Amino acid sequence: MNNMYFIFKRELASYFTTPLAYVFIVIFLVMSGIFTFDMGSFYERGQADLSPFFGFHPWLYLFMIPAIAMGLWADERKTGTIELLMTLPVKLSDMVLGKFSAAWVLCGVALCLTVPIWFTVNYLGDPDNGVIFAAYLGSWLMAGGFLAIGSCMSAMTRNSIIAFILTVAICFVFVACGTEIVLNAFAWAPQFVVDAIAGLSFLTHYDSISKGVLDVRDILFFIVFIASWLFASAIVIEIKKAN
Amino acid sequence: MIEISHLTKKFDSFTAVDDLSFTVKEGEVLGFLGPNGAGKSTTMKVITGFLSPTSGQVTVDGHNIAENPIAVKSLIGYLPEGAPSYPDMTTLDFLNFIAEIRGYSGEEKQRRIDKVIDDVELRSVCHKTIDTLSKGFKRRVGLAQAILHDPKVLILDEPTDGLDPNQKHHVRNLIRNLAKDKIVIISTHILEEVSAVCSRAIIIAGGRILADGTPKELESRSNYHGAVSITLSEDFDLRAALAQDADVREIEQADDSARRYLLLPVPGKQLFAKVSEKSQNGHWPVTEFHLVEGLLEDYFRHVTQDSALVSVEQHKADTSSTTVQQG
Repeated sequence: MNNMYFIFKRELASYFTTPLAYVFIVIFLVMSGIFTFDMGSFYERGQADLSPFFGFHPWLYLFMIPAIAMGLWADERKTGTIELLMTLPVKLSDMVLGKFSAAWVLCGVALCLTVPIWFTVNYLGDPDNGVIFAAYLGSWLMAGGFLAIGSCMSAMTRNSIIAFILTVAICFVFVACGTEIVLNAFAWAPQFVVDAIAGLSFLTHYDSISKGVLDVRDILFFIVFIASWLFASAIVIEIKKAN
Repeated sequence: MIEISHLTKKFDSFTAVDDLSFTVKEGEVLGFLGPNGAGKSTTMKVITGFLSPTSGQVTVDGHNIAENPIAVKSLIGYLPEGAPSYPDMTTLDFLNFIAEIRGYSGEEKQRRIDKVIDDVELRSVCHKTIDTLSKGFKRRVGLAQAILHDPKVLILDEPTDGLDPNQKHHVRNLIRNLAKDKIVIISTHILEEVSAVCSRAIIIAGGRILADGTPKELESRSNYHGAVSITLSEDFDLRAALAQDADVREIEQADDSARRYLLLPVPGKQLFAKVSEKSQNGHWPVTEFHLVEGLLEDYFRHVTQDSALVSVEQHKADTSSTTVQQG
């Protein structure tokens, strides 16, 4: 547990000693602004809520999160530090969790820095702050889901660009399988198949959380999803290690 | 004590380490010698728990690496090949991270970091990020990381690679001082290093042990063991003067000087006293005269090239056994 914290601390510090964290946060904020105010017609809608802001998060994350996650393991492999790390007396689970949580906290920091939008909407109207809080939570959980996929893909290769592309591709599947287009394409299939496909999508669970419906099942989905992909990361690292 | 028994490591069809067995005791400094690709690094990676063996056992101080990896890893200090470290951290941050992972905190942590910074002479680069350091400093950071917890077992993969002669000398002294009650395994292809720091040397090639002994013993197995080096001040027909001598097997001219010769004895014969007497009686123009203990380099080349030859021949024999029979 202690070791997990030391790994976490080192990883988080390294995001901030390199420009990575700053570039990520700045681009995230700029893109959020563009999506919300420009493409999301924040003012024109005349509604005091943040649904245009949160509605774009899955698509924003699709490219932003893989960029953080791609280096998690691939860089360690490339610089050879993986050999150093894995010969220190640290359990593999501590490494996987420590690295993941550092990246997740970075996403959290970026999300927290968007609170001026929350203030704005409170200044302009009278929104339901409970819904906005739930949506923030949902967005952060979803970011964790993207990251966990990224962690696993990054463990597969020493090339972070490949890790990036694989992560984007797999994340896209998990986002897109909740969209109308994909679900309509399965209209011929029995209803339970369609439900299963929709149930695997980030969108389905994120949408209901961001509407303020804090269903335990939606939260559990993200937690189980993250845990499974992190477990897969550990397995991939273990297999790669043998070769 | 490190016990390695029947260790084999295969990568797909390539066998990097082939049924390797040896034991290393406290106080021994074991030099791992071998050509590139001999399996030195792979063996070290298995001992340190980075790679899992295909078959065989590794025990360090009674702990089996497969069953109790964390216990083994806390006993070992390891400098991986190329001395990798996190390039975006400063030297101090990096050592601090290692110390925390190794379980130190507070004053003890500070004391250990200070000591290792002095031992490896890193004071001047404490606050520099590692990717701005020279190769020599990077290697020393790697070394500092390995010895920070005063480990019982120290495994160093090419510790002096990329260092200048002064730094090499410094690192060798450091290893010698550290070695007293520890097990040290270093891999190198610098043979003088083995004679300088190791109490035992193992030569491996193709993943197998070809020779195992003290550096002196291995030197004595060289062709040059008991040879006499003789340097002359003017032209003199040494070959004619020694033509009658049955104990001289061969006279070799040295590469570096036209007037320096190596006299190789017939195995089992002593040349020194005899040649010394001859040179005085014959008034040879001798400026230098000494006994060669043997050359590790020669022995190394001898065993590793022979083994390559043997495996090539075996391969030929395997693939063309029918033709051989016909012939």
